[in-house]
Amino acid sequence: MIDFEPSEEQQLIVDTVRQFATNEIRKAAREADEAAALPAAVLERAHELGVVSSALPEAYGGGGARSAVTGALAAEELAYGDLAIALAVLSPTLLALPIADFGSAEQKKRWLSRFAGDRYLPGSLALVEPAFRFDPLHPATTAKRDGHEYVLDGAKCFVPWQDGVEAVLVIAAEDGEAQGFLVPRDAPGLSAAREKNLGIRALPTAELWLRGVRVPASEKLGGEGARGDSAVREILNRGRVALAACAVGVARAAFEIARDYAKERQTFGAPIATRQAIAFKLADMAIEIDGARLLAWEAAWKIDEGRDATREAAIARHQAQRVALEVADGAVQVLGGHGYIREYLPEMHLRNARGFCTFEALSLV
Amino acid sequence: MAISFEPAPNTVAAKEMYNRIAREQMRPVARKYDEQEHEMPLEFVRFMWEKGRSPPGSFTGPSDGFVQVCVQAEELCWGDAGLYLRIPSPALGGSAVAAAGTNEQKARFLNPFRDGAPKWGAMAITEAAAGSDAAAIQTTAHLEGEEWVLNGTKIFCTSGEAASTFDGGFVVVWATLDKSAGRGGIKSFVVPAKTPGMKLVGLERKLGIRASDTATLVFENCRIPKENLLGSAEVKKANPMQAGDKGFKGAMATFDASRPIVAAMAVGVGRAALDFLKGELEREGVSIRYDAPAHERTAIERDVIDMEAELQAARLLTWRAAKMMDHGKRNNLEASMAKAKAGLVVTKITQKAVEILGPLGYSQKLLAEKWMRDAKINDIYEGTQQINQLIVARRILDYSSSMLR
Repeated sequence: MIDFEPSEEQQLIVDTVRQFATNEIRKAAREADEAAALPAAVLERAHELGVVSSALPEAYGGGGARSAVTGALAAEELAYGDLAIALAVLSPTLLALPIADFGSAEQKKRWLSRFAGDRYLPGSLALVEPAFRFDPLHPATTAKRDGHEYVLDGAKCFVPWQDGVEAVLVIAAEDGEAQGFLVPRDAPGLSAAREKNLGIRALPTAELWLRGVRVPASEKLGGEGARGDSAVREILNRGRVALAACAVGVARAAFEIARDYAKERQTFGAPIATRQAIAFKLADMAIEIDGARLLAWEAAWKIDEGRDATREAAIARHQAQRVALEVADGAVQVLGGHGYIREYLPEMHLRNARGFCTFEALSLV
Repeated sequence: MAISFEPAPNTVAAKEMYNRIAREQMRPVARKYDEQEHEMPLEFVRFMWEKGRSPPGSFTGPSDGFVQVCVQAEELCWGDAGLYLRIPSPALGGSAVAAAGTNEQKARFLNPFRDGAPKWGAMAITEAAAGSDAAAIQTTAHLEGEEWVLNGTKIFCTSGEAASTFDGGFVVVWATLDKSAGRGGIKSFVVPAKTPGMKLVGLERKLGIRASDTATLVFENCRIPKENLLGSAEVKKANPMQAGDKGFKGAMATFDASRPIVAAMAVGVGRAALDFLKGELEREGVSIRYDAPAHERTAIERDVIDMEAELQAARLLTWRAAKMMDHGKRNNLEASMAKAKAGLVVTKITQKAVEILGPLGYSQKLLAEKWMRDAKINDIYEGTQQINQLIVARRILDYSSSMLR
């Protein structure tokens, strides 16, 4: 039956994460953006809350509560706090969830209990390539079999590259088909350079070069002989739903600041929120945010049902990226000059929101 | 409860049944009744009347409640929005009776719809100088002995012709008992068909939904029994929304139920255009690649994905507002969100479809141009885009109607 009410458990998660996002993430957001550095203590606290580990299998110490819908609910709340910090909190999903879904028994054993362990462990996924013609299903990065090893060559960008990342899931084409490979951070032939971006400045991302990087054949996602084309499709869909949910969170954050400001700010003897030009803009923002959220939920639900969610994930992401940008821009406009200065957050929301058309799989549900 | 997008088997069955009616009974005559404005589509009316009075058959078991009602409206308006409005039923007048009437009133006015010949209900609110601002209503009512006497002119009354002229039908008329009381003086009255003093003086010629009759009704010393007032006769000068009065408040509450349906109707028209467009593109070998990288996407693909996303967002907002009614939650904000979004989205989608279809879209050989004309009404009736924005704005800002006008 059709219904739009989260379960009691999900509501509890939403409430908890929202509180954490408001009290801890949001408060660290501006400083993190200015310093282009993550607040380590906040990430540890998020790990203690079990935002990611709750979704990992119980056999490896996780909570066993895997659900893309729940993941989307949590991602929205985290991004409502701050997008860059949210993506850092969620970065373990980039390695842990593909391993949980598609990894070999050995890969699961080696990695999952560590992601579900006492300390926060960041993850990383190298998918996007620095080319206008980038196609995630047909990467230019190649993997060639050579005896018991694969040799990886190519360039990647927008790779989350936090301190403490131990390995990165590299998507490369083997015989024209996209496959995942687990590559250690210190693999010979792998080099990284930190990027500077328009937004999500607190999240360290890197341009990555793979020059003849050799990994054992068993480091292919799923183990030697696995065919990972469908795994990459699944990663893309889950990444798009996560992005859509994060975009909704960013939009909601910008909207609330604009709404509250409009009720405070007086012109000609009355709050600007009493003027239809402002009030209607805020109404449209609220409508668009709710619409985008429902699309993200629908795509997440379809993933949970085990059905092909390619269309729904694409649609949700398409809508949410537009909405986030429009709402963030609208918020800057409502605040006027105050929206343009860095004392207020909307200018950061605008920089962050612009990225949703570029990002791919910066976190997974 | 859990978030789910899986329709109940009942909803799936209803959707199929209404889609079949849309395909077989509505589409073939859609153009005819668009061109022959003001002509009663007799065959269709009789078919729907009989369909509505036959036992529901397999529609038992768990249902999606009000969402299913929205699905039905979407399917039938996918068939034809004008003909949908022609379906004999108590319609909005019935919603008003159901929302604010006593059990006796419900029985008296709604039971006749169970059998006999086709009948219609209608709601007469709008006047030349009172649309969204219903409190500006000039039509008056006063008590003379055991009767209310109505005087005034109502325009834009959907099904006003049918409801006022076919036996057993009725028109719910909004009138004021005391102009100085503003909204507190507004009451709704049930005027049965053929009541002396209620006169049909004109039918509008419209941009779209031409199969639907839109009447001007004049009330000249129109007398109805005292028992035909919906809610109490007491005039409250304080804010009637908080006064617990079933009159104005009850009448406004019907919008919370009708707006999701109108939004669903809008989605039906939008989907008609989008389905047709996608069918034409497919026939021409143009497929929509949802996972194509951005640089490979054609302008058409981008447009279609945009249309699909917007339409689905409108549909889900509509279903959410409907579902809240099933859960017994106040949905006034969500109903206006759905209505505002759906009205605007389908206006844009149908216009885009005409654009992409080129000469085919502009020609009256196809229905695309008609859907564009039909779609626009959804941005206007049951509260314009702007009045719904105003309602949403008041709610999100926590402002009263006097703080945000």
